[in-house]
Amino acid sequence: MQERLLAIADDELVLGWRNSEWTGIAPVLEEDVAFSSIAQNEIGHARALYQLLSDDADALALDRAPEEYRCAPLVQLRLVPDWARTIARHVLYEAADELRIERLKSSDDRAVAGLAAKIDREEVYHRLHAQMWADRLRNEPRYREALDELWPYAVAMLDHDQRPELVARFDRHVPSNTVLRSLERGVLVEDWPALWDEMTMVRRSVAGATW
Amino acid sequence: MIFEVFRRERKGQAFEHAGSVAAPDLAFAEAYAHEQYGRRGESAALWVVPRDAIHEIDDFPDELGRNYHRVDGYSLKVKLAEARERAGTTAGDR
Amino acid sequence: MAREQDFLEYVQSGGAVETEDWMPDEYRRMLIKFVEMHANSELMGVLPEREWILRAPNLRRKLALTAKVQDEVGHAQLIYRVVEDLGKPREQCLADLISGKSKFHNVFHYPTRTWGDVGVIAWLVDAAAIISQKALLRCSYAPYARIMKKICWEESFHILHGRDVILTMMLGTDEQRALVQEALDRWWAPLMMFHGNPIDAKDDPVVQWRIKTQGNEEARQQFLDGYVPQIWELGLTVPDSKLRKRDDGVWEYTEPDWDELRSVVTGHGPMTAERLEFRRMSREKTAWVRRAILAEAA
Repeated sequence: MQERLLAIADDELVLGWRNSEWTGIAPVLEEDVAFSSIAQNEIGHARALYQLLSDDADALALDRAPEEYRCAPLVQLRLVPDWARTIARHVLYEAADELRIERLKSSDDRAVAGLAAKIDREEVYHRLHAQMWADRLRNEPRYREALDELWPYAVAMLDHDQRPELVARFDRHVPSNTVLRSLERGVLVEDWPALWDEMTMVRRSVAGATW
Repeated sequence: MIFEVFRRERKGQAFEHAGSVAAPDLAFAEAYAHEQYGRRGESAALWVVPRDAIHEIDDFPDELGRNYHRVDGYSLKVKLAEARERAGTTAGDR
Repeated sequence: MAREQDFLEYVQSGGAVETEDWMPDEYRRMLIKFVEMHANSELMGVLPEREWILRAPNLRRKLALTAKVQDEVGHAQLIYRVVEDLGKPREQCLADLISGKSKFHNVFHYPTRTWGDVGVIAWLVDAAAIISQKALLRCSYAPYARIMKKICWEESFHILHGRDVILTMMLGTDEQRALVQEALDRWWAPLMMFHGNPIDAKDDPVVQWRIKTQGNEEARQQFLDGYVPQIWELGLTVPDSKLRKRDDGVWEYTEPDWDELRSVVTGHGPMTAERLEFRRMSREKTAWVRRAILAEAA
């Protein structure tokens, strides 16, 4: 369970980080404001999950070595300034995340189940937003290509037993085992070291300081 | 398209015009208004309305000064003074 | 012209102007330029701060800074809507910003170098801005005055956040305190120029039309009065040996370099070209999205 929660927390932290890269440069000002709220929610979810796992959520979030993070390759990818791939990730991630949150909601651990229910309520808005954009971009070739490209990443993000449900939901082909293994949790993609470096640079600059 | 946004700050208060958002359709307008005017929980509710659904009226002619249906059309001071005098109930006698 | 004279008297006696009202061409032109510069500034102000969201040293600061910058973008949206309703479309405003044709405030042409800058900007730059913004609550153009209420309300958290960041660092290590002092040393000159060079109210058309209701020097004095004591009480120094408050309450200071201000604001600041290029590139990369959104517009 601890591992599963840490994985979700790391996913939310890194996706929130990636989504906040759009601050100030989103396609439309109104969208900039809306997308920022989504990024903030994700960071908030990560924080709440880290708090379940540790007395010092900040230390857990920001003091690990790069290879100790459990985030999926999907969230590590640097997609800005490509809005098509950003929305494709948003749509796929929200669908996969919905499945695993649903499972957490029925956890025997009441703290976990309670937090999962809260997160789920906030995610309703994210899912609506993703769907809204998916409808708008459905005929855009670059969006369809982005979905094709990121699909295997989304499948690989889930535990094996939840993957069939995602496949059924999107009515797509199952990626090959070779591809899925190359995108498993624990794999750190090319974009990751630069992200970790930027995310932790101020914190590392004065070790142990309070900010 | 421009959508006007009205917000009710708290129950018991009326909706007030808050501003406007640009959006391709109502779904986007609602999402955008939700964050621009409610992300801090500062509004109990919002109305989102396409700008062209709003009709303004601003012409109210009153060329002949109709004050018969307003408070400022009634000045009773003089008549009241006369009536009191007639009844012998002016201030000095009371 | 009689109508223009009537309008001038109307606004000078506190009259409110709404979007559909007749207004002199000069008033409209001046108003658009003034309001557009404000919108541009909110949007450009995002760029020095957004990098630090990614580098925030704990989760609460990351959330707070993201929310602060989100507010700035939101303010840009509110203000560009005002400009658009006055007759200049948002796309045109953004094109003019990127080409350098229109301006934005001096402070957003300078680099940010450390987390110390994050604190100083949120505490002092936002404080300088809120002084101007509070004066704009009385702007003769009512739609602009009305959105200033929301803007001022949101800015109040920015200043508290900024002061919290600074106080935490001042209570921290020697290195952290040094970061704050060093950032203050770099930001002081731009802050002193922020409210503009002193102009007599009678020579300032923007004041005559009651678009602006507070003179530049008055705003600067208000800033010094409110914030220099806050700076000194933390043991920080201001890099101006002449700075002092006279017995009559007026603050004396070294005259800012007004040539530098003019140079910066006309597009020659240290970060101007780089930031405008960044804006241009981002807009170019997302142009297809705006076309996609408009494609099925009713």
